[in-house]
Amino acid sequence: MALSREEVRKVALLARLELTDDEIDEQAKHINDLLKTFETLQQLDVTGIEPTSHSIPIVNVLREDRTLPSLPREAVLANAPEARDGCFIVPRIVEG
Amino acid sequence: MGTLTDWTAHEALERMGRGEVTSRELTQAALERIASVDSEVKAFLTVTPEEALAQADTIDARRKRGEPVGLLAGIPLALKDNLCTTGVKTTAGSQILHNFVPPYDATVVRKLREAGAVLIGKTNLDEFAMGSSTENSGFFTSRNPWDLTRVPGGSSGGSAAAVAAREVPLALGSDTGGSIRQPASLCGVIGLKPTYGRVSRYGLIAYASSLDQIGPFSRDVTDCALLLNAISGHDPLDSTSVDLPVPDFTAACIPDVKGLRLGVPKEYFGAGVTAEVAEAVWGAIDYLMELGATVEECSLPTTEYGLAAYYILAPAECSSNLARFDGVKYGLRTKELAGHIGLTEKTRDEGFGAEVKQRIMIGTYALSAGYYDAYYKRAQQVRTLIRLDFERAFETFDALLTPTSPVPAFKIGEKSDPLEMKLADVCTLPVNMAGLPGISIPCGFANGLPVGLQLIGKAFDEATLFRIASAYEQATDWHQRCPALSV
Repeated sequence: MALSREEVRKVALLARLELTDDEIDEQAKHINDLLKTFETLQQLDVTGIEPTSHSIPIVNVLREDRTLPSLPREAVLANAPEARDGCFIVPRIVEG
Repeated sequence: MGTLTDWTAHEALERMGRGEVTSRELTQAALERIASVDSEVKAFLTVTPEEALAQADTIDARRKRGEPVGLLAGIPLALKDNLCTTGVKTTAGSQILHNFVPPYDATVVRKLREAGAVLIGKTNLDEFAMGSSTENSGFFTSRNPWDLTRVPGGSSGGSAAAVAAREVPLALGSDTGGSIRQPASLCGVIGLKPTYGRVSRYGLIAYASSLDQIGPFSRDVTDCALLLNAISGHDPLDSTSVDLPVPDFTAACIPDVKGLRLGVPKEYFGAGVTAEVAEAVWGAIDYLMELGATVEECSLPTTEYGLAAYYILAPAECSSNLARFDGVKYGLRTKELAGHIGLTEKTRDEGFGAEVKQRIMIGTYALSAGYYDAYYKRAQQVRTLIRLDFERAFETFDALLTPTSPVPAFKIGEKSDPLEMKLADVCTLPVNMAGLPGISIPCGFANGLPVGLQLIGKAFDEATLFRIASAYEQATDWHQRCPALSV
């Protein structure tokens, strides 16, 4: 199974990466090479095998619902490329 | 007695305790060493001399007043630059975080401050810890102190090189598929990946959260145990850190392997392992037998599928973790005018390097509708099989012995094919998939380049690894060899 350039473009959109035409070609080659190596996994019989998402058994970790101190707002906003009036600034989303 | 920069941390601690040397002297010696060799080795992205000397003076004053000091009081230490440090730039080796100054400390950083360590700087890495050579760093490639035309390994290549080059006695790295053990092997130092959950990941810039673990680099086994003591333990800020008692790992450094049963999985000596590496590793295995361990060959049959499964799971987790870099909250923002989605897309295109983009793409694809079962779920099932292989082996054995890296340090630019580069981690990544502890210790040389022996232990049994490593270290002098830097 090989991915077309159009399919690679669709994945790039899902991943929020604006790729140039050259990059799309590069990515298509790389993904298709990797998919070939992934084919070996189809040889294994995994019937009835539970998937492992974590190596150690993890259960929900709960704590009492109480307010804890958090970072001051200025410290959080200090790294923002653009901030004003205690908010992160983003491009206009709604026209009008 | 050697120079100050040749001392191990425990040796320096003893000397400080006896009043023979101060932390300021040790810190100054480390800074001078960095000033003289780091233009060649290029281990550091950031060095913080003023902060380091101020920390050193604080510790010296406390010692002078006879006040209690921490486990690592006054010892210069380097941090991989994916560990958040309050007020000190933390880039994860990426242009997308070129100007990020964290407002908080990673838990390990907080613990090191409490232990009195002198934080001297931040080391280079492959971008977001994705790579095996530091060639994927968004800034520059670090060099192997044993041969400056070769890579130090990666992704924690800067930390490994800094310890090998005597710039610092101790450093921290992170290991997702071998990123501590492989560079330790290539640079001839000790590197440990603790059991998953042993050390808090809070404040480690995430790559693949179910595989990432922070761990120490050092030049001898006692120092490795000392640093693990300082960083281990449960942390409410990381819900995957485990609430188990932390033993004193320095007390586990008993140089005695009599009666231990050690397994040698045959699959780890397969294609790709060079004859010189195999020879050095078998030499070490023979030595452990002479020292009284029982050694037997064993099989971990799913090993050959590990690489493929890893390169589905790790990219899948990374595609999710790296979604946070959107040009809004921190880091780079494109200068181009674009709408809301365009801003994110352009920022990410400008800020991420080629390897990171590839992993985000493959991860996004593996998780997308219609392919989830064929790739992601199947890889997780293979992960179960790998875990069960280890569980079966540990019914018979106390630890397993393998090469750390199939090859010694390779030339900068030599592995231009990303798939070939990924083979560098073939002996280390199954250990992350199973969440087990693994340590690499120096076990010889191949054509003048260091070779590492990997010891793999049962979950939360780092103690046995320290015991075996101590026995081997006491009987050999590989760890005392020092690269002949021409400066």
